[in-house]
Amino acid sequence: MPGIIGGLPDAVLQLAYLVAGVLFIQGLRDMTHPRTATRGNAISSLGMFFAVVITVLWFEILSPYLLAAGLLVGGAIGAWLAVRVETTEMPQLVGLFNGFGGGASALVAGAELIDTASVLGTGSSLPLGLTSTAAIAGIIGAVTFWGSLVAAGKLHGVVGDSPVSQTTGHVLKVVFLAAAILGGLFLVVQPEQFGNSPLASWIPSYWFLIAAASILGVFLVVPIGGADMPVVIALLNSYSGLAAATTGFVLDNTVLIIAGTLVGASGLILTLIMCESMNRSLTNVLFGGLGTDADTSDMADIYEGNITETSPEEVVMLLETARRVVLVPGYGMAVGQAQHAVAELAELLEANDVEVEFGIHPVAGRMPGHMNALLAEADVPYDKMRELEEVNPTFSRTDVVIVTGANDVVNPSANTDESSPIAGMPVLNVTEAQSVIVNKRSLSPGFSGIPNPLFAKDNTSMLFGDAKESMQALVNEYKERTS
Amino acid sequence: MSFVQNLTLFVLSAFVGYEIITKIPTNLHTPLMSGANAISGITLLGSVVVAGSGATELATVLGFLAVVMATINVVGGYLVSHFMLDQFSSRGQN
Repeated sequence: MPGIIGGLPDAVLQLAYLVAGVLFIQGLRDMTHPRTATRGNAISSLGMFFAVVITVLWFEILSPYLLAAGLLVGGAIGAWLAVRVETTEMPQLVGLFNGFGGGASALVAGAELIDTASVLGTGSSLPLGLTSTAAIAGIIGAVTFWGSLVAAGKLHGVVGDSPVSQTTGHVLKVVFLAAAILGGLFLVVQPEQFGNSPLASWIPSYWFLIAAASILGVFLVVPIGGADMPVVIALLNSYSGLAAATTGFVLDNTVLIIAGTLVGASGLILTLIMCESMNRSLTNVLFGGLGTDADTSDMADIYEGNITETSPEEVVMLLETARRVVLVPGYGMAVGQAQHAVAELAELLEANDVEVEFGIHPVAGRMPGHMNALLAEADVPYDKMRELEEVNPTFSRTDVVIVTGANDVVNPSANTDESSPIAGMPVLNVTEAQSVIVNKRSLSPGFSGIPNPLFAKDNTSMLFGDAKESMQALVNEYKERTS
Repeated sequence: MSFVQNLTLFVLSAFVGYEIITKIPTNLHTPLMSGANAISGITLLGSVVVAGSGATELATVLGFLAVVMATINVVGGYLVSHFMLDQFSSRGQN
């Protein structure tokens, strides 16, 4: 029994899906410029609304109330989370949403298997196309769900580091991946020994597969450190898209394939950009991990007697004579919620005819574009935010660079020391500027666990303290001196 | 539709996605990600179909859960993107 408009030819539904697909693509095209991006997001959501409405009207819905309840509950939770989120909590929220998308895909594939089995009746085998795509959707979906939950938990600080050693972790990953694939194979082959009852023949293998993939998802993400999270978040984003696309294969649904693939491509490209910005392969980020044993004697050698400490007063004196200032934010700015103070400082400097720009490293923060989003929240115009390649040639004609809450992304040993774990990683060459102010809580190493020779350079001074307090101190001092 | 037709769609979409996404500036990567995230909630369509067809009780329950999860993803993702993009455009013109 078809739905309200389901009496129309199938081509109508397919055309409606085509329209939705076009809206998604146009929405993404508008995202290529900040001026049109808001419109793009609206167009894309219109595509989604259209696709959902058409689907609901088209198909026979036995329980419209149940469906409406699901939409209402989900919509309310999503809206509530989106409205109350702080910009600093954005990475974990994006991760969490992502996980729900993947989880939904895995559930849909399972439900479709059950439905098809009950329709076909006892003893008949399920079509190969259905079982194979359901197996893939189940594995990707479950890995995405649990991986995203762990990533969000780590970003939120409620999930700690891996309880098992790296080698044990690798073994467990291989074991559970093999188990998940085995479950998938059983699902596809549907061997006789599982009996002829449709329940026995495939349900255990699908749920077995889901369980194994879930554990795999947890073990994949748990050992990955905080600074590698931009890669993980982007990769999981890609997975949730691929899970949706595979579900599209399961259900023979064109718009699912189009939209899922677009997301898969988007996540994958972001992942590769992040990896390139660290000069590491994806394999290394996911399975390698940087050596985190800081060589403390080495550190003392470099820092001993070479550290110049400075005060807000001295920094402001430097700023008064500066004509060009570059601000380099890092994760510390996000943690300290210092973006408003940083933006205010930039505004004050500009009011005094100082040229101000922001130098943003692609992997600064915990998700792609994290610093840009924070600064935009603090009303910094986007044309002031410069990418690594744009800002690097300008440091030689910059008077003052203020680094706040960043470490590894400004470490010169990436260029000079071939034995360094971050050798070859593109960094912001701030030492080329006249003077560099580094605002940090202490001399402790960044995520890479290595000392930063930048701190010991002659033209570097350390402004120790919390990012927000230090930046606010600079703002207050600057106001006093210039008013 | 045949598997091959679906595959064709998949491959072509991948190329379109690659062409567009590589043109998106770093500035917009966070809103892009949460927007793309919302799009991946398209799996909601699948859940609507499955929850609706309701041939068995178990499938209906799973479908219902899937509808809730996918809707959180869609609504939350679009809203987060929207708020973020608003901040970009409000001061971005100078």
